[in-house]
Amino acid sequence: MSDYAVMATRSIRLSRRNLDAVITSLVLPVLLMLVFVYFFGGAIETSTGTYVTYVAPGVLVMCAGYGASMTATTISNDMTTGIIDRFRSMDTSGTALLTGHVVASVVRNAVATAAVLAVAFAIGFRPQAGPAAWLAALVILVLYISALSWLAAAAGLLAKSPEAAGGFTFFTLFLPYPSSAFVPIDTMPSWLHGFAENQPVTPVIESMRGLLLDKPLGDSHWHALAWCVGLLAVALPLCGMLFRWRTR
Amino acid sequence: MKAVSAQGSWAIEARGLAKAYGAVRVLGGLDLRVRRGSVFAMLGPNGAGKTTTVRILTTLTRADAGEARVAGHDVIAERAAVRSAISLTGQYAALDEEQTGEENLRMMARLRGRSRCQAAHTARELLERFALTDAARRRVSTYSGGMRRRLDIAAGLTGDPEVVFLDEPTTGLDPRSRRTMWEVVASLGEAGVTVFLTTQYLEEADMLADHIVVLDRGAAIAEGTPDELKKRVAAQRLDLTMTDRHAYDAMARRLGGRAVHEAPGELMLGVASDGSAPQVRALLDELDPARVEISRFAVHSATLDDVFLELTHE
Repeated sequence: MSDYAVMATRSIRLSRRNLDAVITSLVLPVLLMLVFVYFFGGAIETSTGTYVTYVAPGVLVMCAGYGASMTATTISNDMTTGIIDRFRSMDTSGTALLTGHVVASVVRNAVATAAVLAVAFAIGFRPQAGPAAWLAALVILVLYISALSWLAAAAGLLAKSPEAAGGFTFFTLFLPYPSSAFVPIDTMPSWLHGFAENQPVTPVIESMRGLLLDKPLGDSHWHALAWCVGLLAVALPLCGMLFRWRTR
Repeated sequence: MKAVSAQGSWAIEARGLAKAYGAVRVLGGLDLRVRRGSVFAMLGPNGAGKTTTVRILTTLTRADAGEARVAGHDVIAERAAVRSAISLTGQYAALDEEQTGEENLRMMARLRGRSRCQAAHTARELLERFALTDAARRRVSTYSGGMRRRLDIAAGLTGDPEVVFLDEPTTGLDPRSRRTMWEVVASLGEAGVTVFLTTQYLEEADMLADHIVVLDRGAAIAEGTPDELKKRVAAQRLDLTMTDRHAYDAMARRLGGRAVHEAPGELMLGVASDGSAPQVRALLDELDPARVEISRFAVHSATLDDVFLELTHE
């Protein structure tokens, strides 16, 4: 167990000291939110009143996904430098190493999420959630971050270099666009509806919206949970397999 | 200080190690025995199979064939026991650039199962021993190549290993850092730790090792103490530099099989000699009675380079 704690401490420390990554993962989502609210917001009609109220949960989820995807780079870094050989020769398990990175990712993104929420609040986002709804929103968000982090871990194990692993962030950055994050899905061309309604980002965002704004949830939270658990169920064994393959 | 977990006088025993990557055969049935408490050098050019050997012995890679025991444990069946008895310092520094030297060492000690308090103590001791105390709180990214390599070796010692593997510990270091590294390796040997090091530098093997194996294309082509290996070529030779190409050709014809060294580019020929003044004088008179063909001479003591070139070029 102590190996896990040591590795998590290590990854959190490395995250903290990687200033570039900290700044990008904070500034980018905040900037995006400002762009959406002030540049496009006037032209977008939603059913939630002000646009910031509509978009804030979407930006939260985008920020979380983007931050989580950085796990791919940090893991690829470890796999391509000599340190993986040292850890292995010290009998430190791959699981401890990867878990350390994922824990750091969750911590990192919790901080980033809080920052995005603070900025959203400053520009007029007023959540109307009770403590139970906040807790539920938090659980879904943490699950979503973990699922994407483990998926990113698999990408990091697969990539030949940290630069290549960085490509995974494009994927997570793009995924919220064909979803209900920024505009309602029914404003999209009809051929996109199928994908937009059934991809993981949409139910996560919809359940955040429902919980934070005290709106009807429908089935979105169950779909969100199912997606997160499903992604974890795929990503975890995949990571195990890829780690063994990578360290043959 | 050092735990001796297994009986017997061999720290490493390997038989018939073979490994291929695809169609490329890297090791072809290598046998090794390393005496407990000795410094063992594996010498060979790039691509000879040195790193692959280290990776097999440190449980990181599985051999296709053969078996190996390190610190008395089988590298496959008793992997965890081997890992707890060894340390590996590879060619590339296995450190976190964005952690300080002290943080790196504490982390490694913790992973070796030390308590927080013990780990702090071990880190302090190692920093002191490797003259890194002043840099302890600086990030590794600010370290020089030599400091990095010292910290890397220190990181390997956090678990009091019985057998220390150093894969090309001085490659890429400047001469001064290399010398410091040699002192580090020598002190490990004196402390009774078994050291297995790989190197491309004969001087290094000569200086540090009790026993050397010369590896070429995945096979051991020679083995012995540095002195035994050096005895395989003439202990000393007289190198003669000719005045011009014509003189060189004439001298080469005259010497025939007596020439033990030929360097036409430098117009140089070597003959066996004991290096004594009377013999050198007699040789010069005999070979160049008119005193016109030889412009300079030098007595050359055999180095492992001579052995190495002789072994790998034939």
